[in-house]
Amino acid sequence: MSVVEATPPVVRKTALNAVHRQMGAKMVEFNGWDMPVEYPASIGCGIIAEHMAVRTGVGIFDVSHMGDIRLAGREALAAVQHISMNDASRLAIGQAQYSALLYPQGTFVDDVIVHRLGEDEYLLVINAGTREKDFSWVRDNTRQFDCKVEHLSDDFTQIAIQGPKGVDVLQKLTDADLSAVKFYWLTRGTVCGLKNILMGRTGYTAEDGFEIYIPPDEATSARVWYAILEAGKEFGVVPCGLGARNTLRLEGKLPLYGHEITDTINVWEAGLDRFCKMEKPEFIGREALEKAKAEGVKKTLVGLETVDRGIARDGYKILDESGREIGYVTSGSPAPFLKKNIALAYVPPAQAAVGTTVKVEIRGQGVTAKVVPTPFYKRPKKAAKSE
Amino acid sequence: MHYPTDRKYTREHEWIIADGTIGITHHAQDSLGDIVFVELPKVGTVITVGKPFGTVESVKAVSDLFAPASGTVTAVNEELATAPEKVNKDAHGAWMVKIQMKDPAEMNALLSAPDYEKFVSEEAGH
Repeated sequence: MSVVEATPPVVRKTALNAVHRQMGAKMVEFNGWDMPVEYPASIGCGIIAEHMAVRTGVGIFDVSHMGDIRLAGREALAAVQHISMNDASRLAIGQAQYSALLYPQGTFVDDVIVHRLGEDEYLLVINAGTREKDFSWVRDNTRQFDCKVEHLSDDFTQIAIQGPKGVDVLQKLTDADLSAVKFYWLTRGTVCGLKNILMGRTGYTAEDGFEIYIPPDEATSARVWYAILEAGKEFGVVPCGLGARNTLRLEGKLPLYGHEITDTINVWEAGLDRFCKMEKPEFIGREALEKAKAEGVKKTLVGLETVDRGIARDGYKILDESGREIGYVTSGSPAPFLKKNIALAYVPPAQAAVGTTVKVEIRGQGVTAKVVPTPFYKRPKKAAKSE
Repeated sequence: MHYPTDRKYTREHEWIIADGTIGITHHAQDSLGDIVFVELPKVGTVITVGKPFGTVESVKAVSDLFAPASGTVTAVNEELATAPEKVNKDAHGAWMVKIQMKDPAEMNALLSAPDYEKFVSEEAGH
């Protein structure tokens, strides 16, 4: 039997809410959270400026709405292996991996980052809109293991420091040697005088950067936020909202729950094969995925670029040359760094080859788009000298 | 923000001058954010008061443009096709279309600059 979590109260606020308002951010409701979508042009912000800052310098995001689930105990690894599709046994202490929680049908409960914090201790970082659902799912499906499951979502203020200069900014505020931390690894250290702070070299921007987990009280959260902005001044740091977060992740083809991945889309359709380890003998969804693989997919996720004038948006229809509906856009936007109009869309495999031309229905008109290689954006390899 | 008094305003945040020049307000561009795309009707198109006549898109959102008055399009600001950000920089200068008004008295139903300013501040208060 699964326990239904109480419906969360109206709109939730992070500990930095007053700070965002004070900075003049435009606020929106996102998955039940009152969050900044962009900061004002008067302080050098706006979605495009924020996006560019992360690609070329550094930007910071309040991502405290993200959820956290801790699994700890003798059978924590077995529990994580059972509920997630990637192979957590490959993680060294201090390492993280992209993974997903699946339903028995091989479709998505949510995508997650699994951090191995200790010998028998894991932290799952989950999406804001799926917090309660994910926690219930994890708790209910790990009861057979000797392992404690805790919902720590409200225990942290989470700040993402993203961009090629992110490491330089955070290094000014911590005693930890960040140059020794590789991408998708974590460390602990003192940050702004706060001891034992978790810092992961992770993010959702297709750029280098860190995510830090600090105490959730308003005073500490605000103090660290402003300290990062101060330390980042010489690198041109700007605060960034959900608008830039979305365009940045889209350029990098990072999936968003409810768009590219949902409870009706399976791992093969979403193209997340490399994070799904079928050589693992067992995990929820594995059986269905084996069957689905043998049957082949009916739709597959592709990257599109509009050739004609027009911007493909979430939910717009994809048509073939004869005007027949063959798919739909999951996420679409102008790409500020690439200066193109891009989209992710589900189409039949026959229309998925790079170079294929399709139409996107925009306000009743068929606008030509072509399938392009993804990710649309890949960050340049760092020069050897810098680290 | 100072709203010029040489024109009238709609509750959908367009402005119109008596010569038929139409654009969107400073408040509209501010709520939209970075404008990246403006789609306008061709010269000769007949537009109807209160009905959509074009589209403006920011990075995040798509918005219809509503006609402040009825008439026939006599000119289109082609510059906005390649430089839509001009609307962010100067919303009251970056006009979108000019029309030959069918009934100039339609302008009487629109908001004056002070009334529009009041309307915007009341809207923000909610």
